[in-house]
Amino acid sequence: MVATTVVDVSVIQTNGLTKRYPRVTALDGLTIDIQPGVTGLVGSNGAGKSTLIKILLGLAPATEGTARVLGLESAAEGSAIRAQVGYMPEHDCLPPDVSATEFVVHMAAMSGLPRTAARERTADTLRHVGLYEERYRPMGGYSTGMKQRVKLAQALVHDPKLVLLDEPTNGLDPVGRDEMLGLIRRVHSDFGISVLVTSHLLRELERTSDHIVVIDGGKLLRSQTTASFVEATAALAVEVTDSDAHPDGAAALRSALSAVGIEAVTAPGRQLHLEITDDGVYDKVRDAVVELGLGLVRMERGRHEIAEVFRRGPEAGADPTAEVTSAEVNR
Amino acid sequence: MSTGTDARIHNIGYRSYSGERLGVSHARRALFTHSLRGSFGLGRSARSKVLPMGLFAIMMAPALVMVAIAAFVGLDELPIEYTSYALFMQPIVGLYIALAAPQMVSLDLRYKVTPLYFSRPIERGDYVAAKYAALSSAIFLFVALPLVIAYVGGLLAELGFADQTKGFAQGLVISVVFSLMHAAIALWVASLTPRRGFGVAAVIGVLTIPYFAVTAIQAVAYDAGSEETLGWIGIFSPGSVIDGIQSAFLGGTSGYPFEEPPTDIAGVALLATAVLVTVACYLLLGRRYRKAGL
Repeated sequence: MVATTVVDVSVIQTNGLTKRYPRVTALDGLTIDIQPGVTGLVGSNGAGKSTLIKILLGLAPATEGTARVLGLESAAEGSAIRAQVGYMPEHDCLPPDVSATEFVVHMAAMSGLPRTAARERTADTLRHVGLYEERYRPMGGYSTGMKQRVKLAQALVHDPKLVLLDEPTNGLDPVGRDEMLGLIRRVHSDFGISVLVTSHLLRELERTSDHIVVIDGGKLLRSQTTASFVEATAALAVEVTDSDAHPDGAAALRSALSAVGIEAVTAPGRQLHLEITDDGVYDKVRDAVVELGLGLVRMERGRHEIAEVFRRGPEAGADPTAEVTSAEVNR
Repeated sequence: MSTGTDARIHNIGYRSYSGERLGVSHARRALFTHSLRGSFGLGRSARSKVLPMGLFAIMMAPALVMVAIAAFVGLDELPIEYTSYALFMQPIVGLYIALAAPQMVSLDLRYKVTPLYFSRPIERGDYVAAKYAALSSAIFLFVALPLVIAYVGGLLAELGFADQTKGFAQGLVISVVFSLMHAAIALWVASLTPRRGFGVAAVIGVLTIPYFAVTAIQAVAYDAGSEETLGWIGIFSPGSVIDGIQSAFLGGTSGYPFEEPPTDIAGVALLATAVLVTVACYLLLGRRYRKAGL
């Protein structure tokens, strides 16, 4: 129902959006059009992500250009936009001596919910983000994962049409990160709320988002669906066992594949990486492995290609969480 | 922390909210109530309640004792005037203000809660207005409730009704002036630092150091025989401004040397000072938040 009513309307639309500060240009003629769904906004630190959010919420004026959120003009209708949008900041924003319930109820009231509705919505929302008995304890004692959940809950408590999540996985361990990404996915699929999620990590956004927007230096680098990002040049990682006949299974498979016209490269961890040119590749790999009599340990698609977008950015090599495999494949 | 399993058990599906959405005025009121409660430690941890509640109890004690004495000894008026009660208890009131003001604004800055407020429908001006109203009300409750006790007690002790009512009304008036001015000063000072400790120290400093200085200079001036300057000197500290106003306009006894009231013109100047300081601090406070963003 919710999804059908907003399906034709752009959630966020900017046109030549420019923001100049005395010393830096944070946004430089940015024109984007974001549809309902989960959209990943990718950019290195200082790419202009936070500035964009500020302008969208009507909290900072743009130097040039216009921005519309849910059909409303950011510059003039900030208050109306903020009533229908939830925002989860990147930094800590929770007072330590207040319980999650108390805090989220207050934030719901600040979004205009009457007292009883605020209480009900808080209980619901905290449960949806996975916070149970802990919600009555002061937040000072919470783990990072729990704090992130409360931050997400306060952004969702007034049932917005759109949430802006600024680096929601920051500081989380791998498990917490996965849980948070799953939660973000559910915000759209189960709750029907559109999501704009920022990150400097492409890997995690491509798993969560329908659409990816990459900005760098305040300019649009790319904007396309995640599927087309991934499909463009998908790669396959293959790992096989060794056998008595073939002491180096990976090398044997490589030459076998080469014979059927597939060029594979050796990667650390006894893996082979190869490009998926068409669906026949999977069969050829399977047949080659069977013929050699090796065990197939794994064969999985590496959706690393989005990382190429960042090659020219400063983070490409330094990014500690970019998966090793993807970095290797690109070599 | 939850696992996938219990998330499924508890998951009854998302319910969207189609109920009423109240506007900015509701949000402003919610912020007001939240801040007012917070200044007495309500809705916060037990530890946060100890100091404000303790000070409140100390603030009430003299009123109770005074009523008890009046009843048993049979005085015909209360030993402390309504209009000078807050000034008589100045150290306690000052300490409370110094705790409450940073509690209201420094914590939001320190824990970066302000971005959450500003990402909601209210504007920055609404935030400032709500916080100012909350601190003014908190200080008013703090200084006026003892007066209520004294008044009720005084009536029960059968002190003169007309006298008591007049004094009580005058006491309420000066409490309002006191609260509005002190709230503006303290809130602005506290908003300058996200560090609560600094905020507390700064507010105490701003309220007390000028007061001591003024009192000392007034004593010197009085010794030099220029009583008419006392009121003018009083302009330079919040406490002596209030003191001058209550003795000039509300029939109270001045706390200046030898209970010398300010001259008429000095009285007007003191009142003007109170208004100007209040407005100036409020505007500065607004300016402080004008640039604050996410």
